[in-house]
Amino acid sequence: MTDITSLSLFELIKNIKEKKISSNEVAKSFIDRSEKSKKLNAYVTENFENCLKLSKDFDNKPNFDLKLPGIPIAVKDLFCTNEVRTTAGSNILNNFVPSYESTVTQNIWNEGGILLGKLNCDEFAMGSSNETSFFGNVQNPIAKDLVPGGSSGGSSSALAANLTPVTIGTDTGGSIRQPASFTGTVGLKPTYGSCSRYGIVAFASSLDQAGPMSKDVKDSSILLEVISSFDEKDSTSIDFKRNNYSSDLTKNIKGIKIGIPKEYRVDGMPGEIESLWKKGIEYAKDCGAEIIDISLPHTSYALPTYYIVAPAEASSNLARYDGVKYGLRSSGESLIDMYEKTRSEGFGEEVKRRIMIGTYVLSSGYYDAYYLKAQKVRQLIKQDFDQAYNKVDAILTPSTPSSAFKIGEKSNDPVSMYLNDIFTVPVNLAGLPGISIPAGTDKNNYPLGLQIIGKPFDEQTVLNIAYSMEEKINYKNNITDWWME
Amino acid sequence: MDGIMSKNNSEYLIERNDNVYEVVIGLEVHAQVTSNSKLFSSSSTKFGAEPNTQVSLVDAAFPGMLPVINEYCVKQAIKTGIGLKAKINNKSVFDRKNYFYADLPQGYQISQYKYPIVGEGNVILDMPEGQKQVGIERLHLEQDAGKSIHDVDPSNTLVDLNRSGVALMEIVSKPDLRSPDEVNAYIKKLRSIMRYLGTCDGNMQEGSLRADVNVSVRIKGSTDLGTRCEIKNVNSIKFMQMAIIYEANRQVDLLEEGEEIDQETRLFDTKKNETRSMRSKEDAHDYRYFPDPDLLPLEITDKFIDQLKSEIPELPDEKKKRFIDEFKISPYEATILVSDIETAKYFEEVVAKMGKNRDMKLAVNWITGELFAVLNNKNIEIAQSPISAKNLAKLINLIKNGTISGKIAKTIFELMLDGDIDPQIIVEEKGLKQQSDPKALEALIDKIINDNREKAIEYKQGKEKLFGFFVGQAMKASGGKANPKLINEILKKKL
Repeated sequence: MTDITSLSLFELIKNIKEKKISSNEVAKSFIDRSEKSKKLNAYVTENFENCLKLSKDFDNKPNFDLKLPGIPIAVKDLFCTNEVRTTAGSNILNNFVPSYESTVTQNIWNEGGILLGKLNCDEFAMGSSNETSFFGNVQNPIAKDLVPGGSSGGSSSALAANLTPVTIGTDTGGSIRQPASFTGTVGLKPTYGSCSRYGIVAFASSLDQAGPMSKDVKDSSILLEVISSFDEKDSTSIDFKRNNYSSDLTKNIKGIKIGIPKEYRVDGMPGEIESLWKKGIEYAKDCGAEIIDISLPHTSYALPTYYIVAPAEASSNLARYDGVKYGLRSSGESLIDMYEKTRSEGFGEEVKRRIMIGTYVLSSGYYDAYYLKAQKVRQLIKQDFDQAYNKVDAILTPSTPSSAFKIGEKSNDPVSMYLNDIFTVPVNLAGLPGISIPAGTDKNNYPLGLQIIGKPFDEQTVLNIAYSMEEKINYKNNITDWWME
Repeated sequence: MDGIMSKNNSEYLIERNDNVYEVVIGLEVHAQVTSNSKLFSSSSTKFGAEPNTQVSLVDAAFPGMLPVINEYCVKQAIKTGIGLKAKINNKSVFDRKNYFYADLPQGYQISQYKYPIVGEGNVILDMPEGQKQVGIERLHLEQDAGKSIHDVDPSNTLVDLNRSGVALMEIVSKPDLRSPDEVNAYIKKLRSIMRYLGTCDGNMQEGSLRADVNVSVRIKGSTDLGTRCEIKNVNSIKFMQMAIIYEANRQVDLLEEGEEIDQETRLFDTKKNETRSMRSKEDAHDYRYFPDPDLLPLEITDKFIDQLKSEIPELPDEKKKRFIDEFKISPYEATILVSDIETAKYFEEVVAKMGKNRDMKLAVNWITGELFAVLNNKNIEIAQSPISAKNLAKLINLIKNGTISGKIAKTIFELMLDGDIDPQIIVEEKGLKQQSDPKALEALIDKIINDNREKAIEYKQGKEKLFGFFVGQAMKASGGKANPKLINEILKKKL
């Protein structure tokens, strides 16, 4: 039998159900590989011992009706996990152990999944390279000293390196799709309201959404089916009829109309991104889709809008980390002094930068010019998509304006870092589903991704297009295990 | 009558030199919503629990915790709005008011800023000089903060989060109040309406009702508003009145000295009876209000509002009108009886139990006289009255049908206090029944006249004052039980 860790989630489930392999064997394989892959720094907290124990428990009393029968899964360290440390990649939550479970992870455990560990990420999910994590940089298994993308960088790295069969990330401006694109994996950001935000450390509440990350499209459909649920504990959760995404999955997309937005052809975009996109259009045509040119006129305003709305919400969401109730507390002469010291020591540079930006744009005298204006532009961006969807069923764009860059290459240039999100943020602002699938490589052989954006709640069409194109593209990562001695 | 002002009883004017100032007051009342659970969590709101025992993960703002609106609190706010004859807004929005404080776990208070749940309304005050309407600007829902305790530990501040997240209604009046008396009447009326509705218990000792008081002064007759100062978080009517009087005089003094009033937030020091500057307008917090992205706008249908309207009980103003019309009592008496819903209930029950031959005058007098005195003495509410409405009605009926005299009734009333005893039983056991048998009374009076022959003669010779002496003797001889009316009649006849 081939290496267990190289199997897809679908294959693992099949093998376990057919009793060809046990949950414990699967857990052991991923743990063993994870132990050998510490150089990637993908994990913040390992849950290996407990995972082995739970996998044995599963094998002793297996339930094959579950959707994730005895499958070990590592998750981004932004999901609160009961009795397991949850840091959000921040010093301020360095020793925080929740007494509760996020709805999304609970859904996974309810279907037989077992927690393998907590994966590194940018601090409070603020970053595009995983370089803002208090727990250090994460290596991209594609090549040494290459960033894995962010903020779900630990997730994309662990996934591409076969340290976990699938994983979940969160996506506020591209934090699932961009790292997926950088690591040659699949990442889906569902419609806002599809997955509960309950128990996920908040970054920007109106944009945050959890989603699956996997090695292929089918696996994402299986995982989405598990994690997407209506949740009364999240007032923004939406009660819509959810598909059986994996069983409804089809490669037949004949006659589906796919829009190509001209505004995504941005200045200075590398030629290889342009040609990837063209190739993607051809693949889509090959799959039977009809290609239609569309316009999303307010696209160029998306990035500045995002960098007002997200920091504004973040500045308020992060006010609770004040040293009073939990997490890091530095001692101070007075309450204010304690606040200042705690937050100075507890937060990293990028988080502080965004708190400052957010505080500024909400300040009296600036609110109308920034926050209110941004909210209006956000509506216009949404309307762009609404109008486009009168003509098309989905939209095809590149996932990122470049392939993965070197660690340290952009960490001193926030604006160039922010530009990474240029194709992904409009999707969050409009609350739409979007997937990134690997579609080719650049001159360095680094993966490049294509993004398929769907109508609200129409994850199925997004998955179907991705599933169909995936077959035509037939992309395979070339991972050399360079980090293992 | 030119030039002569009729002095209204509740008017409050400040005279300095040749200037007469009036005070302009607006109140922001914070009323705790009567609800078993908090505004955005299911924690209990019970008063007086051990510190930090009624705190959920949401209340303590743990990472990833989200607020979920408590529908009951929304209903309570709408009902209160209806009670204030106010516009209920079909759409309102929860905002975050951002500031750091140890007892504010989220680092922001969820409140309503631009779009409150209730808009303009009004409240009618019964003042000695007549009715006065006070405008309501708005009512919005918001979370309470926790409590910082500075005086238990010498070096640390302790925080109790039991109150954190409890639902408050902030009721903002228009600057329509003109005197401490009106403030008193306004707070009492608000409290009365909310207690009728069951939306706020109005308990000021437990902090269920507090107010920020906005005070400015101006020359009487002027229509411009002066610069106002806001006195924060005053928790009794008495303190509100004291604070207003101090603050208004302070402002008048400043104006008289040709100085300007700074718009600022002030605190009332109850021990020194003065207001002190807390922060100036320049130092005012920038709360960075913005719509809470964790909560969708609150949308309320007309159907929902209509349903709640149908559940609204008779409110004090309507009840007062009905008492006057139906029971023929005076407006003054009606005002007293309806001011508290429990008093009104008690009164109505007494009326019902009195039956056909009811005597409203006696009922009103016994409740507002004897019973109120007892409640005052014992410092208890009428709901805890030691005498039930049923037994008080019996007592009144015993007076009305002549079984006992008013004087004996007072004795019986005292005896009833000890365990709500049926007055009929007391009358029988103690033999306190009024002697109304004319023959027995005649015999008794004959004896008294016989024993006091000389006085009887003096009376006949014109010393009419002696009549009282004979009445007294007769009552004394009967042990107080003699029917005074009959005694009078018989004495007149015999003397």
